[in-house]
Amino acid sequence: MDLILFIIFATIAVACGISLVVQKHPIGSALSLIGVMGSLAVLYLLLGAEFIAAVQLIVYAGAIMVLFVFVIMLLNAGEETIKGRSWPSRLLGIPLLTVFLGLLAYLLQRMGPSMGTVTFGAFNVGAKEIGRSLFNHYLLPFEVTSVLVLIAILGAIVLARKEIDKCLN
Amino acid sequence: MNFFLISLIKTGIVAGVFMTTLAYLQWIERKVLAHIQSRVGPYRVGPHGLLQPLADVVKLMTKEGFVPSHVNLFFYILAPFLAVFFALISICLIPFGPSVEIFGVRTDLGLADINVGVLFVLAISSVGVYGIALGGWASNNKYSLMGGLRSSAQMISYELPMAIALVSPMLILNDLSLRTIVNEQAGYYLGVIPRWSIFQMPFPQVFSFLIFLISAFAETNRVPFDLPEAENELVGGFHTEYSSLNFAAFFMAEYANMITVTCLATVLFLGGWHPLWPVEYGSDFVPVLLMLGGSAVLLFHGLIQPVKGRPWDRLTMPAAGLVFGAIALVFLVPVLKPILMPIFWFVAKAGVLLFIFIWIRGTLPRFRYDQLMNFTWKFLFPVAIVNLLITAFAVALQGPKN
Repeated sequence: MDLILFIIFATIAVACGISLVVQKHPIGSALSLIGVMGSLAVLYLLLGAEFIAAVQLIVYAGAIMVLFVFVIMLLNAGEETIKGRSWPSRLLGIPLLTVFLGLLAYLLQRMGPSMGTVTFGAFNVGAKEIGRSLFNHYLLPFEVTSVLVLIAILGAIVLARKEIDKCLN
Repeated sequence: MNFFLISLIKTGIVAGVFMTTLAYLQWIERKVLAHIQSRVGPYRVGPHGLLQPLADVVKLMTKEGFVPSHVNLFFYILAPFLAVFFALISICLIPFGPSVEIFGVRTDLGLADINVGVLFVLAISSVGVYGIALGGWASNNKYSLMGGLRSSAQMISYELPMAIALVSPMLILNDLSLRTIVNEQAGYYLGVIPRWSIFQMPFPQVFSFLIFLISAFAETNRVPFDLPEAENELVGGFHTEYSSLNFAAFFMAEYANMITVTCLATVLFLGGWHPLWPVEYGSDFVPVLLMLGGSAVLLFHGLIQPVKGRPWDRLTMPAAGLVFGAIALVFLVPVLKPILMPIFWFVAKAGVLLFIFIWIRGTLPRFRYDQLMNFTWKFLFPVAIVNLLITAFAVALQGPKN
């Protein structure tokens, strides 16, 4: 049962990932990205990490992608027109992709046996354990990340304020 | 396989009841609004317009599904599906009652109980905005687009105070599973005051309940926050270009969201299926008395003092009165009591909240758009955070539970 679900949703994730690149319209790409994130959430769920799955949906599909879609709609971005690609990209594209894939496969195969594989339902921890480890073990990275986010917010406000001041003067 | 079979039966029952409630909620809304505005509301189809939802469904189904030109066909068709899917799915997380024994099978009243239930409901409601936003965008109509944009901006903004308002009761009740949350609210202070979240010490969650309710109005696009479909500004808003069943899907989604949100408020703040006062003081007889009272009023107006100019009332009102009386008797059957009582209290609380939704629609005018945004960011959001801080301090001072 787990394996069947895994195969279904892994396929959907990969298909959406490909569709994200291939789609000509930005809204189509954005929706494909939502598909990727939704199926990733299901994969987390299969591993038993319900909290992470819910947070993945809330943060990525619910907040970030809504903003993406919002901006795309607001700018009313039209369909992409495909221009002729430059000759280095045409020449090197497929060989480079093959090299990267080969490298990735080699590394995975080398590291695979030593790291072991994950079983379904392996991360069966609740929100309490996650919270506890977040505020005991990983307190410093957590706080540093929050400061980072705060700086980003302040930066956004400063940038926006500059525009408004310019408009007012 | 037994589990599978039981789940299938439960899903069937919940889906059937949910759909019927959806259809009749609209009838109730029209009736209540009509009486608020001194009208009678739907009256022609069936007695007191009771068959009106059925007639509406037939009307919507037989209408021509018109697709305007220049729409983005794929997203145009996808949008109502998304809206109705995300609106209907979260009902499966709501617990309606405790675990009961039916025909020797022990089962929970409610479909699924996952240990991060609250987060999951939040996740689904935050994804639900795509249906409306996409519908507005794909229609290729500037009014629809404005409606879709307004709705996504509004839903993102109001999700924050809503989520923060939800955190405070979870701090007090100390769990994320909806079933455990309801169980934590069992019992009474001084034997009378229920330990629901809005009354529970150390810090009663009245403010977060109000914040949640206000945000719920905005999340479901109801008056006074129905900016996405403000008809004097945007024609019909995001569903202007939709007709027939596609339009019905958006309509259903709105009412389904209303029901889900009231159920969630009942579970989180109003103690789910726990009665208002203890069974020792006779809370079990409330539904019986209510139903008998309704039956008496109907019989009186049907047989003894009929309303003038409505001759058919002589027939329909006593019949309805007898039905009410029969329902009252059902609540007295000892075998059915453990199943019906929790469901009665749950439905009563959710019903009162739904009535408030309709009442406010009949009372309040619409916000202006800048007022709407100022209200959430400059008032609701800070209040929610202050409420969360006070709750956290109170919980910390009280020390760990158990």
